[in-house]
Amino acid sequence: MRFRAKIVDLACLNHFSRVINTIAKLAKTCTLRLTVSKLYFILADKVANGGVSLWCELCQGNFFDEFQMEGVAAEHNEIYLELVPENLSRALKTAQSAKAVKIKLTNKHCPCLRVAVELPSISSSSRIVTHDIPVGVIPRRLWNDFREPSVPDFDVSIYLPVLKTMKSVVERMKNLSNSIVIEANLSGEMNLKIETDLVSVTTHFKDLGNPPWASEDGCQSSAQDRDLESMAEARIDIKKLQQLLAGQQVNPTKALCNIVSKRIVHFILLHEDVSLQYFIPALA
Amino acid sequence: LSRIGDELYLEPGGSGLSLRTVNSSRSAFASFLFAPLFFQLYEAGGPQPDRELLRCKVLMKSFLGVFRSLPSLEKTVWKGGILLKPRASRLVVQLHCKYGVTKTHNLAFQECEQLRGGFDTQRCASSLCAPARVLAEAVVHFPQTLAEVTLGAGGGGKISLRNYVEDEAELSKTMVTELWLAEDEFQRVAVTPGSRITFCLKEFRVSPARVPSSSPGSPLSPPQPPYCPQGLLTFAEASNLPLTIHYDMPGRPVVFTLDDAVLEVHLVLATLSDPESGLQPPTANGAAHLPIPSDDFADDLESYMIAMETSAYEEGSGVPPSPTFPLHTPCPAESDPEEEEEEEEEGAVPGTPPHKKVCDGHGRCLGGGGQAQPPPDPHLSPQFRSLFFGSVLTPGTPGPAPTQEVLAEDSDGEY
Repeated sequence: MRFRAKIVDLACLNHFSRVINTIAKLAKTCTLRLTVSKLYFILADKVANGGVSLWCELCQGNFFDEFQMEGVAAEHNEIYLELVPENLSRALKTAQSAKAVKIKLTNKHCPCLRVAVELPSISSSSRIVTHDIPVGVIPRRLWNDFREPSVPDFDVSIYLPVLKTMKSVVERMKNLSNSIVIEANLSGEMNLKIETDLVSVTTHFKDLGNPPWASEDGCQSSAQDRDLESMAEARIDIKKLQQLLAGQQVNPTKALCNIVSKRIVHFILLHEDVSLQYFIPALA
Repeated sequence: LSRIGDELYLEPGGSGLSLRTVNSSRSAFASFLFAPLFFQLYEAGGPQPDRELLRCKVLMKSFLGVFRSLPSLEKTVWKGGILLKPRASRLVVQLHCKYGVTKTHNLAFQECEQLRGGFDTQRCASSLCAPARVLAEAVVHFPQTLAEVTLGAGGGGKISLRNYVEDEAELSKTMVTELWLAEDEFQRVAVTPGSRITFCLKEFRVSPARVPSSSPGSPLSPPQPPYCPQGLLTFAEASNLPLTIHYDMPGRPVVFTLDDAVLEVHLVLATLSDPESGLQPPTANGAAHLPIPSDDFADDLESYMIAMETSAYEEGSGVPPSPTFPLHTPCPAESDPEEEEEEEEEGAVPGTPPHKKVCDGHGRCLGGGGQAQPPPDPHLSPQFRSLFFGSVLTPGTPGPAPTQEVLAEDSDGEY
């Protein structure tokens, strides 16, 4: 099992760092899945996470100048590692002016991802900073836990408002309540509501647009028959929503959410070369 | 200085005014010596013929309170003065401001013994000198909360900085960061190959706060917001002074110095001792510890990483955790009459009550959390033993004192 990758381009490095920073804000520990063409950051929906799950997919070619991996076995040419993304984020934080960054899977005393940053210096040889990030290798028998979640059978799918606005609204609401209700309909309207003993606050967004989802096999999804005005809603933990919004450092190309009434809210944030899916279950 | 200790020791002397402090666990000591030239007027002693030089200590907080709002001070104060009024038991700080306003602060002081750090840079086997910027850039890669870092002299003339992980169990959970600096980044390198020491990074970073300059033409006057955690490094960078690091064997203190025409700064930190090496020279066991980075460093990170993996570096045999952080030195050295600062080697008392911590957030304490004190080294002079159990009062002798060297008495009476 080997893994070795290198980033030389500063823009790619910054982009990669931003992705890692976003992941670090969403999960304390997560799974990194490496395949020949892609990297995935996965958080499975365990009770410990509060039922949230995360699926983030990157095309390695868009970030790395060199990328070589050999999985556990020929038929299973993948590597699953458990790591603390905050460590990776920290390692890359001071690499913003690096000449090159190399990441390698090593196993000196325990499996580690070694991030070696070559920094420019006035002296003849560069400064080298290495960060050994301890990782856990996830055995093949557990790989099933980390399958890609399927898009739920949602009631409403709607584009999100400008994330910055949404973030500041949610942040203010966070001070007042622990849970927030997201409701939306197929006419491009979304409301964010909180309700406490003293006060209820609702923020209305209009003209958001609803993404067209091609129905599979020509069969109607439950969304098709829906009354355009009727709202699907779910009450979710406001902190989780705030974390998702706060972690976004760059505006996504597309941001939308799918609401399964009273069950789960599925957020999809798409950038050019990164896709992020985040599931927040509804509170009882 | 406020980042290290709670009390500010003021010691006027022939070579200037010295401001010193020590932290509660005696593992860090810092002093700023302002030469008489720094001031417009400097009178060390009283008008009497015997020119008795008084030392005193004040609460750090009180003293800092005088200089509370630095930006406004810099705009309004045109002259400042510090006077010691022994009979009134007051240290007077007077700020003459614009529009005829004079602010007089009377601070209560306590008389104290001389506070001396137990170090002598002449006896340190290794020293490094670098522009502060290089070191500041180096420490930036380590997290703010990092407690201890190991500085080492590796093969090929490379200097390494590595975060220190206490025990094997933590290794598999903690991220280890290591930075290599080439010898030519330093202005001067005179190190024992294979030597290394571990000290608390936090105090190095967030040690001496900037003392505001009160005389015109002072070289230290960069505008800085008050009370932000400024490290010695930030101070050095701001004043554009190169930083010199003197160190010896693990366990012996590491001394950071900044020097210029009117100011001498010393920061002395305790280092982790390595029970295995004991009093042996570091080369005996040090050489095997550090990996030899390959020479074509810059061009081929790959071979460097391979070299790292295949080298004789053994994590396990690195500096093992020591229950104590002794600042002890074997025997008192001869006093050098020219240097008021670095005189005797004497034991800075490592004893602390069990619950005191060496560094913030770090569970170990100097002298051991409830563990027994290490038996005094047989080489120590009998005076060292007495320092453990109480201070020896020296009648206020100013300049270089002979072997009867004493640390300031801990006013809390902790031991």
